[in-house]
Amino acid sequence: MSDKTATLEEIVGELRSGMTVGFGGWGSRRKPMAVVRAILRTGLTDLTVVAYGGPDIGLLCAAGRVRRAVYGFVTLDSIALDPHFRAARQAGAVEATEMDEGMFFLGLQAAAQRVPFLPSRAGLGSDVLRVNPELRTVTSPYPGPDGVAEELVAVPALRLDAAFVHVNRADTHGNGQILGPDPFFDDLFLGAAERRYVTAEALVAPGELLDSGPIQTIAVNRLQTDAVAAAPGGAHFTSCPPDYDRDEAFQKAYAAAAGDAEAWIAFEQRFLSGDEADYRAAVAVSAEEAR
Amino acid sequence: MTETVDTMVTRAEVCAVACAEAWRGDGEIMASPFGSIPSIGARLARLTFAPDLVLTDGEAALMVNTPAISARRPELVLEAWMPYRKVFEVVWSGRRHVMMQATQVDRFGNQNISCIGDWAHPRTQLIGVRGAPGNTVNHTTSYWVPNHGTRSFVEAVDMVCGVGYDRAAAAGPAASRFHEIRRVVTNLAVLDFETPDHAMRLRSVHPGVTVEEVVEATGFELVLPAEVRVSRLPTAEELEIIREVLDPRGLRDKEVPA
Repeated sequence: MSDKTATLEEIVGELRSGMTVGFGGWGSRRKPMAVVRAILRTGLTDLTVVAYGGPDIGLLCAAGRVRRAVYGFVTLDSIALDPHFRAARQAGAVEATEMDEGMFFLGLQAAAQRVPFLPSRAGLGSDVLRVNPELRTVTSPYPGPDGVAEELVAVPALRLDAAFVHVNRADTHGNGQILGPDPFFDDLFLGAAERRYVTAEALVAPGELLDSGPIQTIAVNRLQTDAVAAAPGGAHFTSCPPDYDRDEAFQKAYAAAAGDAEAWIAFEQRFLSGDEADYRAAVAVSAEEAR
Repeated sequence: MTETVDTMVTRAEVCAVACAEAWRGDGEIMASPFGSIPSIGARLARLTFAPDLVLTDGEAALMVNTPAISARRPELVLEAWMPYRKVFEVVWSGRRHVMMQATQVDRFGNQNISCIGDWAHPRTQLIGVRGAPGNTVNHTTSYWVPNHGTRSFVEAVDMVCGVGYDRAAAAGPAASRFHEIRRVVTNLAVLDFETPDHAMRLRSVHPGVTVEEVVEATGFELVLPAEVRVSRLPTAEELEIIREVLDPRGLRDKEVPA
C-alpha cells in the first residue's frame, strides 16, 4: 500500500496560481495554518479561497494572495472580525462570494456527491441572491403540503481544485483522526476537491490511530486523501483541542498588525520570513517575552 | 415586589427578562442566544418558565445544567453531541429559536450583519451573512440590539441577511412557510411584528424610557399601540438567579451600562 507522506513544501508545490482552494476548520478553530504559511513562502497568487473563514482567509488576504474569497463569515471567534479580511474588502482588494453558511455546506456536499446543485430554503428572500446573480432557483417537481410546488435555491456545487484540513493525528496511508469535539466540514472539503491534503499534529503507522482514540474519531479515511504531512503546531494560532487551545495573545498580535503597512511588515518579518520551524521558534520567543 | 427592589433593578436586568420572554412557550427546542444578555435570558427562561429548552455549550455539545454564562468546563455538564453539522440539521428541522444581533434592522425585520454601505464596495465590512438567511426561513428568529438608535433601526438595511416579513412574502411560500420574527429586544424597548402587515410595533418600553425616546431612536415609522405597556421587572426569584447564578461577574453591565 502506498505511503502518502509528503512535506508541506511538496504539497504546496502541486498548487498553481489561480486555483480554487478550500480550507477545513471553522473560524479560528483547527485551521490548516501550516499550509497557509507554506503558501506564503511560494509565489502563489490569484487564489480563490473557500472556507468557513478565519485567519486562513485573513492571512492570505494580508499577503495579497487572494483574488476571491468564498465564505459565509470571516471571524477570529474571540475577536469578532478578522481585520485583515476587513481591510482587504474595504480597499476593494478582493472579490467576494458571500453566502449563508448552510448554503456553503450544501455546496460542498453537492460537489462531494458529484451533483450540480442541492436545493436549499436558505437564501430565499435574502440579498445573498442579489449579490450572487449567478444563483438560480429551482421549482420542486413535487407538490408542497398546500398543493403548490416550492421554489427553492439551487445551491451550485462548490468544486475545489485542492482542499486542506488539519487533524490531530494521521497515519501514513492518509487516514485522519480528529480528537477535538467538532469535525466541522473537513471531510466534505476533501470530498469536494480534486487534490486532497491532510496535515496532522503527528503521523503514526497504519493501524495505530486506535491507540489515541475510538474508531469514530478517525473521521477521514484514505479514500479521501492524496497526501499527508506532519505539521506539529500546524493549526497555530487557531485552536486544536485536545493538543492545544487558541493562542489568544498571538492572535491579538496578528490582528493588531492589520491596516498598518509597517506593523504588517514587522509581523511578517518576525514570524513569516522563514520556514515552519523558524515560525515555531519565533512564536516560542514571543511567548517567552510575554511571560 | 417591594419598592426598594424595583428601584435597584438595572436596565440590563430588564433586558435579560425581556430576552427570556422571547422563548416563552417554545417547548423543547434549541435556544441559540448571541450576546451576554440574550444568553442570560435563555438560561433564565430555562431555569424558570421554559424548562424544556435545549442549550449548547457554545462549542459542540448540549449542556444539561444551566450555569453562569461565564462558566467553562468542567462546570458545564454535557448531555449530547452537537457539532456544527448537527446544528444545521436542527436549523433545517425548525426546532430552534435563535436570538441574533442586528447591526441594522428595518421595519419588516430585515436584518444586516454583513457590511455597511454598498456590498460590492463596503464602507465597513462586518462578519458576513453567517446563518441569518437560513435561520429566518427555517425557524423562529428574534434580534437583540444593545444600542437602539437611528443607525441600527433604519428604513432599509444595506444587505438583507436575516429575511424580514416583506421579503419572505415576496419570495413565496417556501420562504414564508416557517418564517417568524418574534421579537426585537433593545436597551430601550421590546418590539414585535404583531400588526396586520407585520410592520414593527412597539410592544413595551423599559421602565424609565418614554415612547418619544424610542420613536426618536428609530429611523422609520413605528406602529404605536393605543397604550404602550412598560416592560416587566424581574421577580425577586429572577433577580436572584440573574445576579447570583447566571451572571455573578456582571457581564450584562458591559453590554447595557447601568
